Amino acid sequence: MSFIGQSAKALFLKELVAGMALTLKYFTKPKVTLNYPYEKGPLSPRFRGEHALRRYPNGEERCIACKLCEAICPAQAITIEAEPRDDGSRRTTRYDIDMVKCIYCGYCEEACPVDAIVEGPNFEYATETREELLYDKDKLLANGDRWETELAERLRADAPYR
Amino acid sequence: MAETQIKNFNLNFGPQHPAAHGVLRLVLEMDGEVVERADPHIGLLHRGTEKLIEYKTYAQAVPYFDRLDYVAPQNQEHAFVLAAEKLLGIEIPKRGQYIRVLYCEIGRILNHILNITAFAMDVGAMTPMLWGFEIRERLMEFCESASGARLHMNYFRVGGVAQDLPAGLLEDIAKWADDEFPAFLDDLESLLTENRIFKQRTVDIGVIDAEQCFDWGFTGPNLRASGIAWDLRKSQPYDAYADMDFDIPVGKMGDCYDRYLVRMLEMRESLKIIRQCVENMPGGPVKSTNKKVTPPTRGDMKQSMEALIHHFKLFTEGFHVPAGETYTAVEAPKGEFGVYLVADGSNKPYRCKIRAPGFAHLEATEFLSKGHMLADVVANIGSIDVVFGEIDR
Repeated sequence: MSFIGQSAKALFLKELVAGMALTLKYFTKPKVTLNYPYEKGPLSPRFRGEHALRRYPNGEERCIACKLCEAICPAQAITIEAEPRDDGSRRTTRYDIDMVKCIYCGYCEEACPVDAIVEGPNFEYATETREELLYDKDKLLANGDRWETELAERLRADAPYR
Repeated sequence: MAETQIKNFNLNFGPQHPAAHGVLRLVLEMDGEVVERADPHIGLLHRGTEKLIEYKTYAQAVPYFDRLDYVAPQNQEHAFVLAAEKLLGIEIPKRGQYIRVLYCEIGRILNHILNITAFAMDVGAMTPMLWGFEIRERLMEFCESASGARLHMNYFRVGGVAQDLPAGLLEDIAKWADDEFPAFLDDLESLLTENRIFKQRTVDIGVIDAEQCFDWGFTGPNLRASGIAWDLRKSQPYDAYADMDFDIPVGKMGDCYDRYLVRMLEMRESLKIIRQCVENMPGGPVKSTNKKVTPPTRGDMKQSMEALIHHFKLFTEGFHVPAGETYTAVEAPKGEFGVYLVADGSNKPYRCKIRAPGFAHLEATEFLSKGHMLADVVANIGSIDVVFGEIDR
């Protein structure tokens, strides 16, 4: 009996037909692909994307040049130089991130005691030249200003876990 | 007429061949269409990970492990943090252990989906790959919500995991494990398991028996496909694996088809473990409370001077690991992934040797492929599951 069953299955291409039927079933299902530039997948508040340097609400930059991020960075992508400003407060004179070296591990954000350097939700910062990816302090602060609403919201949402 | 001697034809397979699974360069000596000798050339993805780790603190070394076997980064991280914890002699809270096990099993499924579907594509089936990526995407979302990165999670830390799981994630994982994934596995099986074309390409191809597996140093699903029920999760349970109830699927023939079947069944076992983790997830902290190893919470760090000092100390100097050495191995999806860690009492490892399962498996390419057709080499490479991040290191 099993021999006849086996032969019938083999003769009528049972498993191939079943596979075809399955693919046909999927053919009629709604598409799962995203129309990318117009639709995007979900991102959690922890997403580690493009870096930004944040400011306090009064416009003062947060970074106090403690260089913890520079020390912890496994890829040594961060370079900081600092000296006291005219008003006596210690601030960076140079804050560079080499986005080509960066491995987006998130240690800089974890290390920062004042929430100044953060990895934001932006992942669409491809450039045409390599040099554009060598971010300096102005670029990072501009990123911070541009994304501040979202960055603050992300930090607020993730605060209970940190 | 005198017989003419025909010289064998040398064929370069890869490194840019899509079926070479990365950057494998295989020099094949062909007699017609039959493989006489297969010589894998490796090293095209060598980054000097082991040497780099000697110059990084223990915390900084973790992201390097993501980049070894980038298909299942969690399991690699796990091996390193377990090794460091063993030397430090610290105990991890139960919740931390469960989260790690949960993500290791997610990593195993990530790996097996990619391997099976890529293997199917190597032998001519396109559809599983496209479906598989959809379901991998869901898993990567779980990784992203826990750690912030879809692939290179950098989530496991010496002493636990980086952060607790966000609220609602466990429910999402439970829903996925109950509804979505079993249906996907059934669909995948109905496309491949009985399919005659798939079977013609895989049954009795690249046969290796148990004795030869030992000779070649096989571990993981490749060894189990030859009938040896050897699994480090069972034989020397680490973290919360001792609490988990699961079986070890074994094959019989040790051919490409059995290796596929073992991986298929292993995904169902992983699913069992994931369900158990979600159901029995204990409460409490996710990190060790040892202040010399785990950084303080941000709230503490902003309020307490002592916590701030610990924070600064841990993010600059790191922690010191007492002198000693350990070989710690985990059951990574590809096999036994081991870390031989030598500590000299400083904040950096003195030596960190990585035992990558793929390396041993790749060595057997010639053994598996000899006498087979050229197209079977592709099936063999696909079925032994090589990823060059870990082989070249």
